[in-house]
Amino acid sequence: MTDIVATNETILVVGGGISGMTAAIEAAECGKDVILVEKAPSLGGRVSQLYKYFPKLCFPTCGLEINQRRMKANKNLHILTLSEVTNIAGDSGNFTATVKTAPRYVNENCTACGACGDAVTAEVDNPFNYNLDKIKAAYLPHNMAHPQRYVIDPSIIGTDEAEKAKTACKYDAIDLDMQETTMDLNVGAIVWATGWKPYDAAKIQPYGYDRFDNVITSVEFERMMDAFGPTGGKLLRPSDGKEAKNIAFIQCAGSRDRNHLTHCSRICCMASLKQTTYLTEQYGDDEEAKASIYYIDIRAIDRFEDFYQKVQDDPKVSFIKSKVANITLDEESGNPVLHGVDTEGYHRYSNPHDLVVLAIGMTPNVDISEIASGVSTDSSGFIQVNVDNGGIFAAGCASNALDVNRSVQSATAATLHSIQVVNKVSAAEA
Amino acid sequence: MRDKNAETMQKYHNDFLREVEANVEEGDWVHMCMQCGVCAGSCPLGDAWEHSPQKIFMMIRAGKREEVLTSDSMWMCTSCYNCIVRCPRELPITHIMHGLANYAHRLGIAPKMNPTRRFAKLFWNNIVKTGRVNELKLSISLYFMDGFTNGVKTSLEMTGMGLGMLKTGRLDAMGLLRSHGIKDKSGLHKALKKAREIEDARKGLS
Repeated sequence: MTDIVATNETILVVGGGISGMTAAIEAAECGKDVILVEKAPSLGGRVSQLYKYFPKLCFPTCGLEINQRRMKANKNLHILTLSEVTNIAGDSGNFTATVKTAPRYVNENCTACGACGDAVTAEVDNPFNYNLDKIKAAYLPHNMAHPQRYVIDPSIIGTDEAEKAKTACKYDAIDLDMQETTMDLNVGAIVWATGWKPYDAAKIQPYGYDRFDNVITSVEFERMMDAFGPTGGKLLRPSDGKEAKNIAFIQCAGSRDRNHLTHCSRICCMASLKQTTYLTEQYGDDEEAKASIYYIDIRAIDRFEDFYQKVQDDPKVSFIKSKVANITLDEESGNPVLHGVDTEGYHRYSNPHDLVVLAIGMTPNVDISEIASGVSTDSSGFIQVNVDNGGIFAAGCASNALDVNRSVQSATAATLHSIQVVNKVSAAEA
Repeated sequence: MRDKNAETMQKYHNDFLREVEANVEEGDWVHMCMQCGVCAGSCPLGDAWEHSPQKIFMMIRAGKREEVLTSDSMWMCTSCYNCIVRCPRELPITHIMHGLANYAHRLGIAPKMNPTRRFAKLFWNNIVKTGRVNELKLSISLYFMDGFTNGVKTSLEMTGMGLGMLKTGRLDAMGLLRSHGIKDKSGLHKALKKAREIEDARKGLS
């Protein structure tokens, strides 16, 4: 990538999820030079891994398609995938960002024909499906991957498998000698959009995520609904592949808990409400299909109260006001059994379910203090708005637990701030 | 009209939460409870309680002074600490339960015949005498708590265990005659007396 020219009028966007893409496109469409750095082999981030998103229940492919078209049409935007920013030095208007790029072993000649994938037999965990299934070691990250280019997994480099892939390629697109590269970019402003990751569910010991196959997280549940997901779009529970019809959703799994995450992750209530609609989609009027939401209080953030009311009217869905105390396993049926006491009447319950979905909390993906000094973060590690942050502006879930709508708003705000910084630089140099 | 007013004030302006905050050990945590129910669900003796911790905290806030302080539920706590470990707001629930029990006891309205309360009293009287627990005397006083006949019956039932403990040196057979107390017994008694005075003055107890 020697063609990248960065100056202190360039805006660096770190993270290519919905927030980073938005920030990069908007800055580029304003005529600024933008470099977008993404750690994964393709853009899209966690939103591309959703089946649908609330409140309108659109498929994320639709929004991705629009963003990708805008990116392809813009000459001001450079995208670096498989790249990480490892260090930031300097000040507002004059940063030096160190970018480390991992080898893809596939160059721009790739047409995504798939011949290398057919030739290779080795399989690796599929991160796009949260490692719930395997993928060939020469793979396209997902159908909507941008750039639309294959990746060779480093685990097969130096083996016959890699040679097989190389031989199968008709376009001379596979370069097994690619090395990791590091470069320093001079930039004026930085939009930090490294997003979130699900809290480690295994740490919530009483729920037994690491012990019980049929206790899964909300992000894994999303992948199940996808026709290209690990279960081919069916709600099949992991232990025995049985159709899961009686599904429990546990809210605040990790969030609002001083033993785990002190903050409210904000999206999980809406996510679970949304996921109850998947049952109707899968099973129609089947009376066996039931969703039970165990909650402390439902926080259907502001404008989505009507969505909550619609779900409340669904006879399939019941609400149990109680934080589940613990989960045990009914060995015979494989059903997780939820134990607790509800707050509306203090009734003790032990309810078996086919499948338990933990509405898992959000935690920042990257600890910025390891990369740039002096950036203000809150007790959960989210980046706070602070003038002392200088020319580094957080967008999306790097700044707080946000839904897609608010992430995009925050990305626009961060873009505007970063444009002001580089405008000041160009005014000074004019 | 004025009487009616005072009556209503009496009814709705309850000071019990404030009383608990002031007088019960760790009582100032009670208002932090968000009624999630994890403590109630996590309690291994949950079925045996009339009022789970979650319920007790709500009753305190609802001003149900009489019902809370005469409840035997907090006496059922075995200090397993499951609730403390799991409470999302880190309330020291076990300690609050013991604090409530102690406060009710000091007010003289705790359930008189509650076995945990009676054992606690035996234990306290035993340990303050010499500064160390005399296990033989404590066991015997526990067996004979419900009268002579019951005492003999329980003692006979426990003979096997008693002999086993004697054999392995876990029980001092001479315990009835001598106690290994601490050196400065009167110092301990003085300190306890002073502590009681300070506590009583602060809480308005006598």
